[in-house]
Amino acid sequence: MTKGQKVVAYTILTIVSFVSIFPLYWMISAATNKSVDVSRGRVIPGGELINNFKNLMAQYDVGSAMWNSFKYAVILTLLALFICSLAGYGFEIYYSKGKDRVMSILLLAMMVPFAAIMIPLYRMFSSAGLLNSTLGFILPTISTPFLIMLFRQSARSFPHDIIEAARMDGLNEFQIFYKMFFPTMRSTYAAAMTITFMTAWNNYLWPKVIMTDKTSITMPMLVANLKEGYVTDYGMLMLAVLLCTIPTAIVFFILQKSFAEGITGAVK
Amino acid sequence: MSRGKSGTSLAKKHNRAGWIFLTPATIMIAAMSFYPMISAFFLSLQSGKGNNLTFAGLSNYTRMFKDVVFIQSIKNCFFYLIIQVPIMLILALILASLLNNKDLKFKGLFRTAIFLPCATSLVSYAAIFRALFAVDGLINVILIKVGIFDAGYNFLANATSARIVIIIALIWRWTGYNMVFYLSGLQNIEYSVYEAAKIDGASPFQSFRKITVPLLKPTILLTAIMSTNGTLQLFDESWNLTYGGPANATISMSHYIYNMTFKYVPNFGYAAAMSYLILFLVAILAFVQMKVGDTRD
Repeated sequence: MTKGQKVVAYTILTIVSFVSIFPLYWMISAATNKSVDVSRGRVIPGGELINNFKNLMAQYDVGSAMWNSFKYAVILTLLALFICSLAGYGFEIYYSKGKDRVMSILLLAMMVPFAAIMIPLYRMFSSAGLLNSTLGFILPTISTPFLIMLFRQSARSFPHDIIEAARMDGLNEFQIFYKMFFPTMRSTYAAAMTITFMTAWNNYLWPKVIMTDKTSITMPMLVANLKEGYVTDYGMLMLAVLLCTIPTAIVFFILQKSFAEGITGAVK
Repeated sequence: MSRGKSGTSLAKKHNRAGWIFLTPATIMIAAMSFYPMISAFFLSLQSGKGNNLTFAGLSNYTRMFKDVVFIQSIKNCFFYLIIQVPIMLILALILASLLNNKDLKFKGLFRTAIFLPCATSLVSYAAIFRALFAVDGLINVILIKVGIFDAGYNFLANATSARIVIIIALIWRWTGYNMVFYLSGLQNIEYSVYEAAKIDGASPFQSFRKITVPLLKPTILLTAIMSTNGTLQLFDESWNLTYGGPANATISMSHYIYNMTFKYVPNFGYAAAMSYLILFLVAILAFVQMKVGDTRD
């Protein structure tokens, strides 16, 4: 690269990075300022964080929304990872034509728009008494073609020698899965975990449909309710947005490296 | 002989284990995607308020082509699709190939910064952008200070500017996400190919066009299908950023279907028929993209 080209590259990257980070920085700074100051264009952090927090807690049940979101997302992630990795492993390691046909039918589900199945799902779940329940939140996305495919791709690189050796040692097929496959595929599990947790935490439409009770709402629903008021308190609103973003940001930073590796395995 | 026999019975046992492993996931997809899809179809042939439904034939399907708001929502989704998806994918591709360059430093830092918007939930970033583009929001404060506007401009009250705000927000949220897919794809291209091209006198732009783009074609196709699918199913941004307004100028198809189902007197049959049109559009566009992706060699 010539020097000129390098300057152009750094300039582009710096500008894009700035644009990417600035709204997030602004969110944090607004959460620490009074609403009036935010409207006046103040972009440096202020000392109103505690006050905004007190106002928010006094008017909304943030604790319960955080707990709900956390509970739904964690349970969904654990179950989805287990069910989908088991299936991905099954499709790849015990390959047969029949299983391959099943897989291609499952892939069709990727094209099904959520809006199309939302109404029948709502009717199914309300007659089964699953509105406002954790089970109601997790069932529709507990098994996704995307996750199955991710695990199937990574199972491709799992050596057959290990399976044969484990069989010699007398392990049964399920033991091979959880004692051999599970520990070796850490980066795939990390990638799957990042994606599933973030999608579950951020999901808005489905909980909006089935969480009809005030006590079962999620954090994104609380943020949406918060800005529907007549006068918007920016400081309070951005603090709620910040609280809603912290968990996914933490997961993202912890698993970032394995996320990139896991995706690389899947795109190959 | 006996060895061969025990071999086949073992193979059978393994085959059965495979089927057992994939059964839970398969049943769940069948019950949570395919079954509702089929029942949505039967629902789409019925009409009525709430749960009092009667058979209505194809009347729901003919009705939607006379429904001004629904046609507007289709137009809106295609407007977003045609403008936002190409800009975003090209930008993501350029950023990924810049970050794949071995001569540059701080790549991890840039990558994290550009990917960071993906950590925010759709509702959250919609709230942030709504606040930034409000009449008294930061964008207006800056534009007034610079002297472009005299008073705050209501971006979200004008059809065109409201649509542009949605497009800007979508690009901000999803560019880094697509960039990660391209970066992963680039890992599979031997870096020596780029060095050889450089020795042969290729400019960075030439190697981008002649090496990066053709070799990344499968990944580009994947991201194009994902983004098309996502844009046609757009809901959170339309609902939270512009509330579908002004006067339905930014409403998305899913948003309108939601209104038909839960906001007004529920009309499940008509909503199901409209949702079938989304499925149809998603399937057709995915098919076209795969065809184009196949023949461009």
